[in-house]
Amino acid sequence: MADVDITSQTMDGMGPHGTKVGLLRVLGPAHVWALGVGIVLVGEYMGWNFSVGKGGAYAALIACWFAGILYSCVAMIDSEVTSTVASAGGQYTQAKHIIGPLMAFNVGLYLVFAYTMLEAANAITAGYLFSVVATMTGYSGELDQRPFIILVITFLAWLNYRGVLATLTFNLVITAVAFSAIIILFLSTSGILGGGIMDHAALFEGHELPYGWVGVLAAMHFGLWYYLGIEGTTQAAEEVRSPARSLPFGTLAGIMTLLIAATLTWYVCSGILPWEFLGDGVDGAVAPLFSAAQLSGSMALVWLLGFGTLFATLASANGCINDASRAWFAMGRDKYLPGWFGAVHPKYRTPYRAIIFLVPIALIFALGAPLDQVITFSILSGLLGYTFMPLNIILFRRKWPLDTIKRGYEHPFHPIPAIALLTLCGVTFFAVFLGYGTQLVAMIGFYIIVSLWFHFWRYRFVNRGAQFTMPWPKPRGY
Amino acid sequence: MAHYTPPKQGKASQLFDVVVLVVLTIGALFVPLWLNMAGAAKSVANPIADPTWEALGQNAAQAAKYEALGFTPETAHDLILARFDYSFSIGALLTMIVVIVLYYFLILRFSEVEYREVISEKFGK
Repeated sequence: MADVDITSQTMDGMGPHGTKVGLLRVLGPAHVWALGVGIVLVGEYMGWNFSVGKGGAYAALIACWFAGILYSCVAMIDSEVTSTVASAGGQYTQAKHIIGPLMAFNVGLYLVFAYTMLEAANAITAGYLFSVVATMTGYSGELDQRPFIILVITFLAWLNYRGVLATLTFNLVITAVAFSAIIILFLSTSGILGGGIMDHAALFEGHELPYGWVGVLAAMHFGLWYYLGIEGTTQAAEEVRSPARSLPFGTLAGIMTLLIAATLTWYVCSGILPWEFLGDGVDGAVAPLFSAAQLSGSMALVWLLGFGTLFATLASANGCINDASRAWFAMGRDKYLPGWFGAVHPKYRTPYRAIIFLVPIALIFALGAPLDQVITFSILSGLLGYTFMPLNIILFRRKWPLDTIKRGYEHPFHPIPAIALLTLCGVTFFAVFLGYGTQLVAMIGFYIIVSLWFHFWRYRFVNRGAQFTMPWPKPRGY
Repeated sequence: MAHYTPPKQGKASQLFDVVVLVVLTIGALFVPLWLNMAGAAKSVANPIADPTWEALGQNAAQAAKYEALGFTPETAHDLILARFDYSFSIGALLTMIVVIVLYYFLILRFSEVEYREVISEKFGK
C-alpha cells in the first residue's frame, strides 16, 4: 500500500491493492448531513414506537432524551477522531489505527450488519407502505409485499453503483422532504396552524408508566432507534472534499436535527395515538407518523406523511447501502476480507463489488425475518459499536495527545462524554437483555467465533505495517 | 521487526472465507428464531370475556381514538392487554455480563498483540 496523504483535498481517495483508481472526492457538508440524517430519520417514521410498547409514552420520552445524550456523545467523539482519520470505513479505520486489527475487524462487521439490517427494515416498511397505498386506492386483496421489497433494495443498490454524488444528492432532497413533513404535521395537529387534535393528558391518564421504572430501562432498547446510524457520516470521509471541516459540521448539524425531529415525533404521536396501539409496531402503528396523519382527518396530511414515510425509508436504505458497502470495501482493501471486494469501479468510482455482494444479504433478512428482530439485530450491532467508541477516544487521546496531531475538531469535556457514553451503553445492554437476551448472547457468540476465525486464520493474509495509512507520528507507549 | 509478507490467497479460499462469514451471520439471526428463543413476545395474562372500553381500562378519549382507528373492544382486546414479562434470573444477567466482558477482553487482548506488530513494522523499534 502506498503511503499517501488521504486527507489531501486535491487528490482522490486511495487506490491500493492493485486498484487503479480511488473513490471520488465530490461531496460537501450538506451531503454529509443528508447521509447521516437520511439514514436515521426513518427511525422517527417507524421503529422508535416499540419503545412506547416497552414502557409507555413517558418511558419513550425519557429514552428519547437519554438516547439523545448517548448519540450526542457519539457525534462529538466521532467528529474528533474522524476529522483526523479521513478514510472510507469510518470507525473501522479509526479502530485499525488506534486499537488494533481484530478490534477493527469487529467494528467493520458491526457497521456492515447495523446498516444492512437497517436497510432490510427499511425495505420491509416500504413494502408495508405499498400495501397501505393499495388498500387506500381500492385494492381489496392481500398485496404481496415481497416484489416491492426486492425492487426497493435493487433500485437503490443500482443508484449506489452508478455514483456517490447522485446517490447522496438524491438523499438530500428526499430527506429534506421527509423532515419537512414532520414539521408540517406538528404545526397542523398541535393547534399552531388550525385546530389541534392532541390530547396528551387524556391519553396518558391511567397509563403514565404501565411497567413502572423497569419499563423506562426497557424502553432504552428501542430508544436508540431515534438516532441509530448518525455515526455513518464518517463513511463518506474519503469522498468529501474537505474531511476536517465537512465531517464534524455535517455530523453535529445532523444530531441537532435529529434531536428536534425525535422530540417532535414523540410529541405528535403520543398526543394523538393511544399508547398500546402506538407501542405495537407489528399489529398497531407500523408507521406511527402516518397513523397520526390518518387520524388528523386531512387527506393532504395523509398523503404528505405517506410520501414522507416512503422517502424516509428510501433515504435510509440508500444511505445504508452506501455505508455498509464502504465498510465492506475498506475491509476488502486491507485484506481483512477477500481482497476481491476492495475494487473500485473504473468508470463510476464506487465500491461496486461490495455494493452488489450485500444486496442478497439484505434481501435474506428483509424477506425472512420479522421487523422487530431485524431492528434488534441492527441495534445490537450499533450498540457494540458505541461501546467501542469510548475506548477508542480514550486511547486516541492517550496515544496521540492534543499537541501531537492537528484535529479538525476537538470535543470538549473529555473524558466526560466517553464515561457518559459507556454508562448509557451499559444501561442499554440491560434493556436489550430484558427482552432479547437470547439474541444478545447469540450475537456476541457470533462475534467471538468470527474474532477467533480472524485472529487465527484470516489475519495471515494481511500486510502488517501497510495497515497504518495515516500520516501520524508513532503512538506514545510503543 | 522483519517485514511480514502475507501469502497470496487463492480464489477458492477467498470464496470459502466469504461463505463461512455469510453462514455464521445468517445463523446468528435465524437460529434463535428457528429455536423459538427470540423472546420479546407479549401475552395477555388475564383475558376479559365480553370486553368493554371501561373493562379494558380506557377512558372516553382513549376509546374514541381506538374507534377512530377502526377498533372495537373485541378487536382491541389483545392489543390493549398484552404485556411483556420483564422477570429475569440473576444467573442469566450475570451470564450476559460475563459474556460481554469476556468478548471485549478477548478482542482487546488479541488486538494489542496484532497492533504492536503493526507499529513495529511501520515505525520500527
